[in-house]
Formats: sequence, structure tokens, C-alpha cells
Amino acid sequence: MHSFGYRANSLLTFAVTILAFMCAIVSFSFSNQTPSAQIQILNINWFQKQPHGNDEVSLTLNITADLQSLFTWNTKQVFAFVAAEYKTSKNSLNQVSLWDAIIPEKEHAKFWIQISNKYRFIDQGYNLRRKDFNLTLHWHVMPKTGKMFADKIVMSGYSLPDAYR
Amino acid sequence: MDWQGQKLAEQLMQILLLIAAVVAFVVGYTTASFRTMMLIYAGGVGVTTLITVPNWPFFNRHPLKWLDPSEAEKHPKPEVAVSSKKKSSKK
Repeated sequence: MHSFGYRANSLLTFAVTILAFMCAIVSFSFSNQTPSAQIQILNINWFQKQPHGNDEVSLTLNITADLQSLFTWNTKQVFAFVAAEYKTSKNSLNQVSLWDAIIPEKEHAKFWIQISNKYRFIDQGYNLRRKDFNLTLHWHVMPKTGKMFADKIVMSGYSLPDAYR
Repeated sequence: MDWQGQKLAEQLMQILLLIAAVVAFVVGYTTASFRTMMLIYAGGVGVTTLITVPNWPFFNRHPLKWLDPSEAEKHPKPEVAVSSKKKSSKK
């Protein structure tokens, strides 16, 4: 402790080290997670083969979800998205993202929304006629400090019609 | 600062920062507010800086006794012998 600069440096280093420990402890905050979701396809707006040869379908979705139990004091935001998942002869798994949202606060995490798909549902090829697919709600819980966790709910039983409309 | 003051300053710094961290964590956890925790800790670091970094008088309560200049003149420093003889005389 010989001089002003020495003491200032020592204090700053110790303060930042303690801050690192505090953030490490905070990052271990977990909540009892019980999320729920339901997705309903209200309407198939149109279903066509594009000029390049790929199938495209436009859906109107009704999405209901309650992700409030995922939030802790260490949560910055939850990123949620809905993906259509199906199998083709070319790919064992196709995942097409149809809609996403950023949920910044717990109050906004219980919601009901009816929209047409935010992103286009285009296949790699023309395999969508009479295709069975799952709609999966994925979420990423983004913390203020620490590790990000991701999980999902798979809802199956959806299918597309036999012919183009 | 004197030696006792330096030790006091270091101990005060460590204790105050630890207390600030514990208080900040407890208040933040109970109010479920990360922002509150950070603000309280930042305030604690600021207060600790004000108390321990400047050279306050209470850090100098045991001042070092330097030799008085007039006393020093009565006891001149021994002169170093610069002789070419390489005989080493041990006293």
C-alpha cells in the first residue's frame, strides 16, 4: 500500500474478481420449468409448386403458449420459434422455421397469437403433397450471465393435402 | 501513510468489498432484480474507494520517526577508503 495508484489498482482488481464470483453464483439460478404450448393450423391458404420446382405452402397458425415458468431473475429474454419438421427421401430431417419471437419479460410469456407463417415454408424439392409433419415449439432461455439453455415441445399429427390448391 | 495505516487500508478494502458483495447479492436475490444487485455493488465499490484509497489522516496515527537533521550532522557517514593497496583489513 505504498501509494495512491497501488491502492487503487489493488481495489479495482479485487472488486472485479468478486464480481466474477457473484456472476458465477447467479448463473446457477434455476426455476421449476413447466412450459406448455398448443398449435392449431386454422387454414391452408395456398399450396403450390414454385417455378424453380420447389413446393411452397402458406398456413394460418394459431399459437398458444405459456412460457412464464422459464423466467428467473437471471433471464434476459426467451427466444421462441416454431419449426415444421418432416422427413423426405432426400433428407432424413427437414426443419423449416415458420415463426419466431423474442420475449423480454415474464408478463409477455403467456400469449395467444393467430398469424400466417412469418417465414416461407418452402421444401427442397416437391415432396410436400400428403406429407405428415410435426410442429415443434423451440425456445432458448438467454441469461444475463451464464449458460444458455434450449428445449422444445414436439406436437405431431399435422399433414398437408394431396393436391395443390 | 505509515505501516499500520497501510495494513488498516488493505484490511478495510477487503472487508468492505466483501460486505458490499454479500449485501448486493442478498438484496438482489430477494427482490429478484439483477439490476439492483449490480447498482448496490457499484455503490459499495465507490464508497470503499473513497474510504481506502485517498491518504486520510487516520491512516497516519503511528508516524515513522525519521532521524532529526541536526542529530544526523553529529554522526557523519564513514568515508569509503579509495586506496590502490589491495590489502584487505578486516576490523
